[in-house]
Amino acid sequence: MNRLKLAGAAIALGLMVSPAMASKTLEAIKKKGEVSCGVNTGLGGFGIADSSGKWTGFDVDFCRAVAAAALGDANKVRYVPLSAAQRFTALQSGEIDLLSRNTTWTMSRDTQLGTTFGVTTFYDGQGFLIPKKLKVKSAKQLKGATVCVQSGTTTEKNLADYFRQQKMQYKPVVYEDLKALIAAYNEGRCAVFTSDASQLAAIRANDMKVPDDHMILPEIISKEPLGPLVRRGDDDWAKLVTWVHFAMITAEELEITSANVDAKRSETIPEIQRLLGQGNNDFGKSIGVDAAWAYRVIKQVGNYGEVFERNVGAKTPLKLSRGQNDLWTKGGLQYAPPIR
Amino acid sequence: MGGGIFLLSNKRVRALIWQVVLGLVLLAGLGVLVQNLSDNMARRGVEFGFGFLSGPAGFDIAERLIAYDADSTYWRAYVVGVINTLRVALIGIVLATLFGLMIAIGSLSFNPLLQRLCRGYVEVIRNVPLLLQLFFWYLSLAAGLPDNDNPFELGLGIVLSKSGLQIPWFIEGGWDLEFPEAGPFGMVGGAALSPEFMALLAGLSIYTSAFIAEVIRAGILSVPKGQYEAARALGLSAGQQLRFVILPQAMRVAIPPMTNQYLNLTKNSSLAVAIGYPELVSVATTTLNQTGHAVEALAILMLVYLTMSLLTSLLMHRFERATALRER
Repeated sequence: MNRLKLAGAAIALGLMVSPAMASKTLEAIKKKGEVSCGVNTGLGGFGIADSSGKWTGFDVDFCRAVAAAALGDANKVRYVPLSAAQRFTALQSGEIDLLSRNTTWTMSRDTQLGTTFGVTTFYDGQGFLIPKKLKVKSAKQLKGATVCVQSGTTTEKNLADYFRQQKMQYKPVVYEDLKALIAAYNEGRCAVFTSDASQLAAIRANDMKVPDDHMILPEIISKEPLGPLVRRGDDDWAKLVTWVHFAMITAEELEITSANVDAKRSETIPEIQRLLGQGNNDFGKSIGVDAAWAYRVIKQVGNYGEVFERNVGAKTPLKLSRGQNDLWTKGGLQYAPPIR
Repeated sequence: MGGGIFLLSNKRVRALIWQVVLGLVLLAGLGVLVQNLSDNMARRGVEFGFGFLSGPAGFDIAERLIAYDADSTYWRAYVVGVINTLRVALIGIVLATLFGLMIAIGSLSFNPLLQRLCRGYVEVIRNVPLLLQLFFWYLSLAAGLPDNDNPFELGLGIVLSKSGLQIPWFIEGGWDLEFPEAGPFGMVGGAALSPEFMALLAGLSIYTSAFIAEVIRAGILSVPKGQYEAARALGLSAGQQLRFVILPQAMRVAIPPMTNQYLNLTKNSSLAVAIGYPELVSVATTTLNQTGHAVEALAILMLVYLTMSLLTSLLMHRFERATALRER
């Protein structure tokens, strides 16, 4: 591959693309009439289809929020289930417009793949799931264990790093398919299962024969900031996706929910008016949508707290607490820049 | 005939010109594809380069015959993958040939029960997709192997459990044997054949043996009846007939299709990624996912398989030439 030729072609193409306000991806989406969203093949609480083919989950709700903002209808989404190995290629090739699939934000994924993150929608960390009958109370006692891990994930790398640091040997059992991995853990092929703590909660609740026979060890061995991923080179689309998340955080800060958003439209508080596009406020124009973009997101999908509680909260089988995902005013990490 | 002016009317020159034109068209087609790929990659901002191979891999591989850890390079990870593929392919080829030979001879026997059993085996095994057979073997082994708490002792220190088949093996750098014993998470010590390896070997050998059995049967049937009669006239027993007269002639016919089956087995080992055996494709897809260099990782993968296949073909051609009929 001639690097000069590649550079030349890139520059030529760059010059040909006019510095228009409109996002190419957004234009294509409006023409298609739907957002192509890459999701998990089946992870309870984050991206899973039920027997009638209806998709639900935290990441799925984010896709719906983006569709509500961009196309006006949260249901105009085409879900593309992707394995861990396929997800980046699907985004790079243009098969999907947005990857909302519990993907960890890392530097290499942000810089080397032609893709870019914008925001962290879910702060997570990697943990270990183990049957209680093995009487292991801490990850430091896992010397010599067989560990089930999904191939090609940050999980695999963090696992190697952790055991090296602790100077412990282990035997990885590596599969591409999550379901096969869970089956191997259930059969006893491996003693420990490692993944993001939220995934472990979902698996423990949904895929174990007796959930109470298993426990998640206290050690969280890595930072896993999960967020949506888009292609590089389309700043406006990236901004739209980022600000949909910030709008949902802002709505929770202002105590606007899907139930009361209609009533809130007539409030005169400037912050609320700016968020919902009342008065002369139109912040949607700068990201290629109309003024009521955030109103639609909140009305059709909900604010961040509602989405969290609906999919992974205390009333769901996952029973996750807000923890790091709480608002910054309540000690968590979710913080939105002001919409003004 | 054919002075300078009448060059085009010369058949050989015309043929040459056609070949050159065809060559140029093929090169042009290839060039268009490569240019399209590089343009698309540039447009998406995807880098191209093989530099990632010298970076640290960051992941561990459970089964390895050479020294490897998470700090080793991606390049070394590929080597480990190739060795794992060769390990299962070579043993698989030997086992498949042995089973295939036995089944072929059985399917031509005069005993009706044996004949029907062998024919039935071939029909069933040939017609079920390999991936399903691999899952069958793996799930049977995973469910059927005894728990790590009470493993099955086969004597001589060999132990069978959910961690696989553990045999006593030498501790590094010496001749002392290390015997497997129960640890908190499974058997430790000695060398192990993992359940993934055993399932893959069983599935691949049995699947390919059905095809090889048919190939050998065709070879045996191609030997003229006169040979059987001549051998019997010389006083050879049935077993000796087979060994000294029939099979050597049958193999001549059977070798090209057998080469096919060996290549198929090697390439089918790539299905191991579905049952967790860390062979070449598994390592390549992990690399692809960790680094994002999809095109390069797959290109290396294809090149390695092509090399292995070409080497196998070369060896089999040599073998074929060695056993060919020499006419006087």
